[in-house]
Amino acid sequence: MGTKGRFGEYGGQYIPETLMNAVQELEEAYNHYKDDPQFNNELDELLRNYAGRPSILYEAKKMTRDLGGAKIYLKREDLNHTGSHKINNVLGQVLLAKKMGKTRVIAETGAGQHGVATATVAALMDMECEIFMGKVDTDRQALNVYRMKLLGAKVNSITTGTQTLKDAVNAAMREWTSRIDDTHYVLGSVMGPHPFPTIVRDFQKVIGKEIKQQILEKEGRLPDAVLACVGGGSNAMGAFYEFIPDTSVQLIGCEAAGEGADTPRTAATMATGSLGIFHGMKSLFCQDRYGQIAPVYSISAGLDYPGIGPEHAYLAKQGRAKYVPVTDEEAVQAFEYLSREEGIIPAIESAHAIAYAMKLAPTMRKDQIIVVNVSGRGDKDVAAIARYRGEDLHD
Amino acid sequence: MDKIRIADAFNHGKALITFITGGDPDLETTEKLLPAMQEAGSDLIEIGIPFSDPIAEGPVIQEANERALSKGCTTDLLFDSVKRIRESGKVTVPLVYLTYINPIFTYGKEKFLKRCVECGINGLIIPDLPFEEKDEISELCRTYEVDLISMIAPTSEERIRKIAADATGFLYVVSSLGVTGVRSEIKTDIESMISHVRSASDIPAAVGFGISNPEQAREMAGKSDGAIIGSAIVRIVGKYGTACVPQVEQFIRELRKGVDGAVQ
Repeated sequence: MGTKGRFGEYGGQYIPETLMNAVQELEEAYNHYKDDPQFNNELDELLRNYAGRPSILYEAKKMTRDLGGAKIYLKREDLNHTGSHKINNVLGQVLLAKKMGKTRVIAETGAGQHGVATATVAALMDMECEIFMGKVDTDRQALNVYRMKLLGAKVNSITTGTQTLKDAVNAAMREWTSRIDDTHYVLGSVMGPHPFPTIVRDFQKVIGKEIKQQILEKEGRLPDAVLACVGGGSNAMGAFYEFIPDTSVQLIGCEAAGEGADTPRTAATMATGSLGIFHGMKSLFCQDRYGQIAPVYSISAGLDYPGIGPEHAYLAKQGRAKYVPVTDEEAVQAFEYLSREEGIIPAIESAHAIAYAMKLAPTMRKDQIIVVNVSGRGDKDVAAIARYRGEDLHD
Repeated sequence: MDKIRIADAFNHGKALITFITGGDPDLETTEKLLPAMQEAGSDLIEIGIPFSDPIAEGPVIQEANERALSKGCTTDLLFDSVKRIRESGKVTVPLVYLTYINPIFTYGKEKFLKRCVECGINGLIIPDLPFEEKDEISELCRTYEVDLISMIAPTSEERIRKIAADATGFLYVVSSLGVTGVRSEIKTDIESMISHVRSASDIPAAVGFGISNPEQAREMAGKSDGAIIGSAIVRIVGKYGTACVPQVEQFIRELRKGVDGAVQ
């Protein structure tokens, strides 16, 4: 298939005609600015002095000792301004939108991390901002909703469909078709129609670049495995991309199994999905035999998505990356474990990657190295985890 | 019986194209609606295959999709209904499916087209399959002689000519930005879009999105070869449920008068 933005058979531009000129303009603008020294200087300045990059690569000594296997490093994306990796992509996209003469940004959000990052950068760059978030998520992530409002964004609570991330994407795409001239859609993950999967990956690949540089400084060698959680897959793609040519480095995406990949209450797309075309891309989706997108479930609003970015589908097919399901219960245990063991409260999304590290490390030798991307911080999840554990605590 | 062709809809003046979501509120009602819609003056009928996530639709048709799915409508059951209607001889106007690419892709593209032929579906409108991705299915559509209907939008600009030049069946002119749904007025320069189409092709062009009453239908048909009315009909189905048939029929008769009032 000769169309644009393909990773093998995955990717493409399956969107309404109304949006085609907009994505083509975006692609042209991106191709122009991605190698523009002034654009890159501006972005670099923002990443350093606003987002706080580079983020730390932290050696988790207690965790390493406790698990008794491979040495574990944590990439601390949770320490970025706004508390997650999402800011990397948003700074890039909003700066690009500004250059394109846009005055308004819209975005979908699941856990609220991408919404908060978008609202933040919109405030910084004087852009009007509107966020779309499923009603289930505005309920379970109420703190982030208020955060976005504080930052001056309008938050739309979406009551259609499953009222989660998928429906927030639907709503944002519908909104974009109705107002294109002045509006850029800041897609938050490595998904959607071309050029988004490529743009978002490029703005997130700083994570893996820094990991490589930092681990070479600290250990003088590459890690044996890089782990990251995967919903749409932006923090994972950001962490993996630099290591794709380094075949000695295992790349492991940890997806949300919810109550179990063998139950209907799951969001594990790689484990349970099939090839389809949705949200602008050909990729893997949780769906029924008639192509109806399945209602998915995870305790993590950020991973509660029925698809996965096309480049991940490609890496999986090539066998370059592997994807493992992690249940709610495992993620919650990891959330509590990292808090107690290292004094770091990870986002429940990131806790999925921590959970798999807890399984993997003991099976590896002490001279081996695992890097886990802690994509975000867990303050937003504290109330939900308390409720999961039966505490009567509300935001 | 001669093969039904989409061109038939445009052979006698301005075309009235009407839409319902298949299986809304149930398939029995769909099977009653289709002959009534023809009887009331529809020249071509679009049937929506319900989809869980219809991203080009506004709230009225989104809700219709949810109603149909919740009543158990599937692609197979809808094919069966269409086949029964065609075999009864009660519906002879061209029938076109409107659906998203995923239900077709997942069903199996070739199997889907074979069933279209078996059941008497003459064309496909796929809102999330733009010009750049039409190779996904266009070859199979040619093989099975099912027209793949192309869309142009107010944002299409210089894309209009290449889309029109390659279009089959008829060209769907999206009147406004945004999703489907009734609008109080349509501000787009439809004449300019149509003149771009004409410079590249003589394919019939019909205007849809936002047409809610006979007056707008008259105006839009006057500027093109026909008017497409969806949400305004689906809203009546939503309001009256299984008792909607006479109401829909009455409304389409009024639309017919509107379209016939357009300057030829």
